[in-house]
Amino acid sequence: MIKSLASFVKLVNKNTVFLEQVRYASQALPQLSSEKYNIRRKDFGKIEPSDVDYFRSVLSEDRVLTEESDVLPYNVDWIKNCRGQSKAVLKPKNTEEVSTILKYCNERKLAVCPQGGNTGLVGGSVPVFDEIVISFALMNKIIDLDDLSGALVCEAGCVLENLDNHVRERGLIMPLDLGAKGTCHIGGNASTNAGGLRLLRYGNLHGSILGVEAVKADGTVIDCLRSLKKDNTGYHLKHLFIGSEGTLGLVTKVAIHCPVLPKSVNLGFFGVKNFENVLKLYKSAKSKLGEILSAFEMADFDSISFTAKNLKLPNPISDYPFYVLVETHGSEETHDGEKLTRFLTNEMESGLILDGTVTSEPAKMQTIWNLRESIAAAGLVGGYVFKYDVSIPLKNYYDLVPILRKRLGDKAVKVFGYGHVGDGNIHINVTVPQYTKEVSSMLEPFIFEEVSKLNGSISAEHGIGFRKPKYIHYSKDQSALGLMKDLKQLMDPNGILNPYKVLPDHI
Amino acid sequence: MSRVLVGVKRVIDYAVKIRVKPDKTGVVTDGVKHSMNPFDEIAVEEAVRMKEKKIASEVIAVSCGPAQAQETLRTALAMGADRAIHVEVAGAEYETLQPLHVAKILAKLSKDEKADIVIVGKQAIDDDSNQTAQMTAALLDWPQATFASKVEKSGDGLTVTREIDGGLEVIKTKLPAVVSADLRLNEPRYATLPNIMKAKKKPLKKMTAKDLGVDIAPRIKVISVEDPPVRQAGSIIPDVDTLVAKLKEGGHV
Repeated sequence: MIKSLASFVKLVNKNTVFLEQVRYASQALPQLSSEKYNIRRKDFGKIEPSDVDYFRSVLSEDRVLTEESDVLPYNVDWIKNCRGQSKAVLKPKNTEEVSTILKYCNERKLAVCPQGGNTGLVGGSVPVFDEIVISFALMNKIIDLDDLSGALVCEAGCVLENLDNHVRERGLIMPLDLGAKGTCHIGGNASTNAGGLRLLRYGNLHGSILGVEAVKADGTVIDCLRSLKKDNTGYHLKHLFIGSEGTLGLVTKVAIHCPVLPKSVNLGFFGVKNFENVLKLYKSAKSKLGEILSAFEMADFDSISFTAKNLKLPNPISDYPFYVLVETHGSEETHDGEKLTRFLTNEMESGLILDGTVTSEPAKMQTIWNLRESIAAAGLVGGYVFKYDVSIPLKNYYDLVPILRKRLGDKAVKVFGYGHVGDGNIHINVTVPQYTKEVSSMLEPFIFEEVSKLNGSISAEHGIGFRKPKYIHYSKDQSALGLMKDLKQLMDPNGILNPYKVLPDHI
Repeated sequence: MSRVLVGVKRVIDYAVKIRVKPDKTGVVTDGVKHSMNPFDEIAVEEAVRMKEKKIASEVIAVSCGPAQAQETLRTALAMGADRAIHVEVAGAEYETLQPLHVAKILAKLSKDEKADIVIVGKQAIDDDSNQTAQMTAALLDWPQATFASKVEKSGDGLTVTREIDGGLEVIKTKLPAVVSADLRLNEPRYATLPNIMKAKKKPLKKMTAKDLGVDIAPRIKVISVEDPPVRQAGSIIPDVDTLVAKLKEGGHV
């Protein structure tokens, strides 16, 4: 039985591995980031054979990669936007090794670039020049799981999906879920304060991460690895490492709170007439589904049709201007079913839902989620995609998509918007046959200026990384940037941690 | 026009991880999400398409199983079946229910309902028996078209393309006939909201094997159910020479 199940899953769900496929699709290598964005190398040390020898003495031979072909995958980000020129990749197995490496690099003023699953979308996880890549891939041990409190303690290199599978065995789920879950690392999730699909229900990582262990630039291990829900003792230092994208320290261990695995899960996928109705439906879902609402996502027609076509995924319903995905997590099937039926009956009658489908079967839910999660990768098939991840107050949430369509005209293949309506977070993708400076300059800083005018954030969940430091001022006040600079100076005086990222050169 | 009887089985959802019971008598089913056997879903889809193409006049979904089998029948109704028959087999009896029993039930119902075509999935993903279609055909003494990847009406019979080892076989059958659906026959639709609502009101008849005069006493006994062996961890070797040496050592080259 199990064999036949596996082969069935393989046949039906072969598209779930899209990320890997897209990632290694043999396209031309992207231009070097330093040339593409005209960046000057900062005054760091250059890696010498003696440095490599030292790293080999700390790690073992096979955990120091220096062959060009071995290092290449670590130099390119998965949307093939950035390419660094690193000459070495280090693969530590524990915190002590990370500490030893950093202490040495700090003394030698060798810049480093921490890397998890390398699924970041703002070039934060790949080097720009010859920064030494520190890969967390081998730090993948699960240390402890308390199924009463829900506290999971693990190393930074654990893959999110593996953790989710692990905690599910004990009746829990990870508080975050995102399209890249099969590849991304929990350490990277923490460092970038990743958002994702369950944020509406379970909150962001500043809330669910209970503690972190991180290594400062000079090799000092900062132990904030408590797994307490409440701990008001002094400054909440863990927050410095959550979302600072490896510029203040490298996260080596994480303690995270896992909510209870919902006994009853339902997923609906609906066609909606216009964006105004999407918002009305959201309001209705909040009030009628209440505490069981776990996700409210939207995608416009182009997002879904482009994804269905490019990745050959089935669209469960026919063509509609907007699609809405509603998920519920609850503890009692009958209760949730009744609520959902009432919500659906009402909104079908009111006309907010034009058509749709609803299911509680795991395989079907997976297929529907897969369609939604694959939108991010769909744009990469046969072209280049400009990706924007912004927060905009709900009433103006979708405004920018038609504005950009008009502005770009036939210069873009598609402009589409999709995202987490529940969190006010929209992803805007602009697909083009290939990257050109012309389109780039039509988009940036225009899009950030518009977001700023609408009181939004220029980066809702992807972070600042390499791509957006010069735009950070659209979302952060000078006073805040000043304090960020002071913190950076305090924690990494030589600036070796993930340079050229997050903070602009001039503040 | 023909009347189509389509068999649907409630099985553990294929996205759920299967666990063997500690006493090795079977797999854990309590609190585990179930759904319609994927091959049966394909069978329902084909039956519904036959109705849409006016080849069939009515689609009747049948399921043998515990009370929850009605949920599976509601899914079939939401996909477009006209009515459903639930043959209730629960508890210990269900655990020992075999394809032969189900075939006898389907054969009897086919006669009672005057069906012209019986469609079932080629096999259920839980027991992998792949017997129900064949046995039903034998019991009825009807022709069988198994592993169908294409079904067309031709004259007063069917032209069926079958998936066989290394290729396809096209056969013609007269009606009445039994068809079993293979994976590539079609892509089952998602039940739409209006149809899900309508399905709640469609007729669902409940009966027992006894009503049909079918004896479901077990004919075989499950001795033991075991997990497949765990895959051994691989190892990374430094170079080709070591690889060749290892392969020689293991007697592979």
